[in-house]
Amino acid sequence: MAKITRFWHRYKWSYFFIAPSMILFFLFIGYPVLRAVVLAFQKVSLRSTEWTGLKNFVDVFSSRLFLDSMWHTFVYALFVVAAWIISSLAVAALLQPFSNRVQSLFRGAFYLPYVTSIIVISLVWIYIFQPEYGFFNWVLSLFGLPRVLWLQDPNIALWSLILSTILIIPGTGVVLYSASIGSIPRELYEAAEVEGANAVQKWWRITVPLLKPTTLYLMVIYTIAGFQVFERVYIMTGGGPINRTTTIVQLIYMTAFSDFNFGRASAQALVLFAIIATISFVQFRFLSTDVEY
Amino acid sequence: MTTEPALESPATSARTQSAGRNWSDRVWKIIILVLLIGAAAVSLFPLYWLFVTAITPASATVKLPPEVIPSNPTLDNITNLIQLSGTGGLRVLGLEWIKMPRMLLWFVNTLLLALISTGIHVLFDTMAGYAFAKRKFPGSNVLFWLILAALMIPGQVTLVPLYLMITQFKLVNTFAGVLLPGLADVIGIFLLKQYIQTMPSELEEAARMDGASEWKTFTSVIVPLAAPAMAVTAIFAFQRYWNAFLWPLVVLQNPDLFTLQVGLSYLYNSEFGTNYGLLMSGAALASIPMIIFFFAFQRYFMQGLRVGAIKG
Repeated sequence: MAKITRFWHRYKWSYFFIAPSMILFFLFIGYPVLRAVVLAFQKVSLRSTEWTGLKNFVDVFSSRLFLDSMWHTFVYALFVVAAWIISSLAVAALLQPFSNRVQSLFRGAFYLPYVTSIIVISLVWIYIFQPEYGFFNWVLSLFGLPRVLWLQDPNIALWSLILSTILIIPGTGVVLYSASIGSIPRELYEAAEVEGANAVQKWWRITVPLLKPTTLYLMVIYTIAGFQVFERVYIMTGGGPINRTTTIVQLIYMTAFSDFNFGRASAQALVLFAIIATISFVQFRFLSTDVEY
Repeated sequence: MTTEPALESPATSARTQSAGRNWSDRVWKIIILVLLIGAAAVSLFPLYWLFVTAITPASATVKLPPEVIPSNPTLDNITNLIQLSGTGGLRVLGLEWIKMPRMLLWFVNTLLLALISTGIHVLFDTMAGYAFAKRKFPGSNVLFWLILAALMIPGQVTLVPLYLMITQFKLVNTFAGVLLPGLADVIGIFLLKQYIQTMPSELEEAARMDGASEWKTFTSVIVPLAAPAMAVTAIFAFQRYWNAFLWPLVVLQNPDLFTLQVGLSYLYNSEFGTNYGLLMSGAALASIPMIIFFFAFQRYFMQGLRVGAIKG
């Protein structure tokens, strides 16, 4: 008893400080995660619940729509991650010769689109992609080119979504790459110059390898973001036309809130989690190195 | 023999070389600058188009050629939108407080939710970050590892269970339903823990020696010192709550309770969906506060990005 009192006396404030966060954490993250795992093995409606074993997972993987949406998500993530890494690295490298003021002006400019919501930006893209009065088709018409049904043509819609994502160069990447490039010691380049290295060699032998940790971080967060793409799909195409832009999260949303199939939606979400975790793990495995300079 | 001017004197040669280099450097710099401005222009074009369309008369938004520079800038769109979006009552704590046009109502709803969430969020995160950073207590390691592990779980996993929970507690269609699950946060705790860890403990101990209570020590020593990290956490939290879409979309069905983002998606799916002037003026209204916010706190935004990166 005395022990308990002493324990209480010693630690009560520590527990007081973490209590609010921890209660919220267990209530709204910990418990729901466990519940999601349970739900994935159940058939759930708002009224009843029954155990169905692996049926949800079997359904998920035998559903053509799920496999299609996995493919759409994969294509989206692949092109977006590649384009974002390359474009933000290029911009950051090109920024280097300029003064701090100019650099921070550009960093702000590239980050600005990312403070507005994806919903807002997607609504603008809908107008830009509009077949008759949209900006893009107007530009095409100036060159005498025919109209494109950017979001209505089943063979083009997914590429339009990708285009709308990659045309806005990611501010985070620009900011992080330009900070990392700026922190590479000048002496390394000077030493390389003494040994007769040209600009291309310096870029591939010094800059790119030393940026690897930043590249890894950006790749991981961009891949995660790419696989979770939802809002722009929901607003711009709703997954259509004929499900040709349905991504995994769009499908989870439809399964849960149009079909009210909560068990299957949970199974889909867990599969998404497994995919993201696997890809992140592989990226860490192949890209992480301890860089020292 | 010609040891003569075929070769310039070393001094002149160095000078012309450096002059030549300077000149070509400058040309390169201008080319690069043009490239960068081009890239920035493409990146910023949707934002530009948003604001241009918002102030273009609705009839001119469905005409060719589009007005790249508005010839008759007008605020008609936003005034029309405010009139046409209908009226609704601000409902907080189960009571209807005041009637106003829906568009403004959505603005107020969003602001209320974002401010309250951010405030609670930062307070709780700072408390937890402080406990994890400075106070060793039984279970602290386990709890911290649980938090780190939760960082990897995508939000979609908890979406359905949270929805069922909210339904069970009859919180569908309430602000509490939007607010509560959003308060559980891991990244802020992590960020504040990392920051508070680097702060010296002397001041804290001095305050305790002076007989300050633990709570007083927290508010008068820890909070002021941790203010920069709290600001970064607050800014990103506010941005996240302001722009949140999926969760409010799932929880809210009554248009009077919508947030701006849900309201915009609702407008797009309504009869105004093809009135681009109207739609863009609403979208502009939803993004102007964030843009002002960004310019006011740009430094914290940039710091926050880098702090985030350190954990990677």
